[in-house]
Amino acid sequence: MLSTAHQIKRGVSFYSYQEECFLKKMSLEDCVSEAASIGASGIEVIPEQSISGYPDPGEGFYRTWDGWMQKYGTTTVATDLFLDTKRYPGRVMTLDEMTESVRKDLDIAKRMGAGNVRAIINTPPEVMEACASYAEKLGLKLLLEVHAPFHYEHPWVIRHLEVMHRLQSPALGFMPDMGTFVERFPRVMSDRALRDGARPHFVELAVETYNNHGDVHGLMDTFNYMGANPVEQGIARLSTFLTWNDPRGMLEHMPLIHHIQAKFYEMTDEGVEYSIPYNKIIPVLIEGGYNGYLSSEYEGNRHIQDIFEVDSIDQVRRQHRMFERLLGEDAGAAAGAPAQGGHSVR
Amino acid sequence: MFDKYMIVEDTLRNVVTGDDVTGFQLGVRLPYYRGLGLSMVEDVQVTVDGQTAPASAVSLTVHGNTYKLADLPEVFDDRWEMGEIATVAVDRPGGLGRGEHSVAVRERLRISYMPVPGGGADQKVLTLRD
Repeated sequence: MLSTAHQIKRGVSFYSYQEECFLKKMSLEDCVSEAASIGASGIEVIPEQSISGYPDPGEGFYRTWDGWMQKYGTTTVATDLFLDTKRYPGRVMTLDEMTESVRKDLDIAKRMGAGNVRAIINTPPEVMEACASYAEKLGLKLLLEVHAPFHYEHPWVIRHLEVMHRLQSPALGFMPDMGTFVERFPRVMSDRALRDGARPHFVELAVETYNNHGDVHGLMDTFNYMGANPVEQGIARLSTFLTWNDPRGMLEHMPLIHHIQAKFYEMTDEGVEYSIPYNKIIPVLIEGGYNGYLSSEYEGNRHIQDIFEVDSIDQVRRQHRMFERLLGEDAGAAAGAPAQGGHSVR
Repeated sequence: MFDKYMIVEDTLRNVVTGDDVTGFQLGVRLPYYRGLGLSMVEDVQVTVDGQTAPASAVSLTVHGNTYKLADLPEVFDDRWEMGEIATVAVDRPGGLGRGEHSVAVRERLRISYMPVPGGGADQKVLTLRD
């Protein structure tokens, strides 16, 4: 039986507002204010996206940031690091250089008050190992993202699991991206392919193969032999980047999971994500005793911006209404009180 | 992912040095959802009316700092911020004539987690401004 009590909290990654931020329609403070207004108390930020002057924005920035967290009643729960292993022309960074880069980002996370740091998927396990004690000293968790098409049996992730299990450091773990649970082909992507010149029978074949969880890796050759144009080949390739896994696969690793990136592509008028079944995911998180944040990560903008006005604010609001429903917050429980006994889920 | 915003409308101008028109410039953005260190900006290719500027004639200005395109690989202490409108300038004696021009920009970026170079391309018709 599923447990009905939980301590899952809601948050927003400012990745979600990238369209508006890119075009300077939203300031960083606007993002904080908007998240707070929908009860998303946990803030996730990508320093390289949101902080002008990264990696040394100056003490003034940090004081302003602290002031916003206080003013809006929000908390920095996560920062996302990148690892530019190809920063130097003609060679890959040494492990020491990578370790130094990660440590610098850990310092930034610490200064922003975040407890969790997203390690991008290309971070080598050796670097995670080399940074574990430093993260531990700072009281931070360094969490490898598990992003499609990666999964817990993937050879690269297995190498990370080996380090995590061997070190038993409280600082290492995972940050799963819910984009690994795309059950049906996102409509925003298939519609875009049609607008870009893919013929309907190619799009239908890709969508059908994907939705039946069939051999998407066979689509590339099939499309090639069918005379696919570049857009059609693109949708075949896209089918292999998307993945459906049983969310219950997270249960085994739950002790290592400390933050969730709640990826989404399209919240429909009916209040559900078109392709990612959060009604199947959230009960698994509750069953596993997950007590961190569901951090919104809207990624639909790039698929609709060719003809639609992107409204990331509305999309994130819709996702949070869905979270409230699935977390039982709309059953009369106070949003801020999960620690005192938890919420019941419908 | 932000290819359509790379070329910024209403930014095409001739560059005047003293009494001479020495080239032209326009505002460009990265097509990327984060900023990037300049050493990873591998190319900013500018084509106007079908004529591609040689790399040696191109320079890039981010927040007041100007670099020749050829020098970018060694710039490790400056970044092109997300959404920042940089100025790309092309040396061309006489600059561009009045009126509309077909402008294409292609940027090649070295994104470490991607197996192949990233980047993007944009094409717009811009009218030369004074």
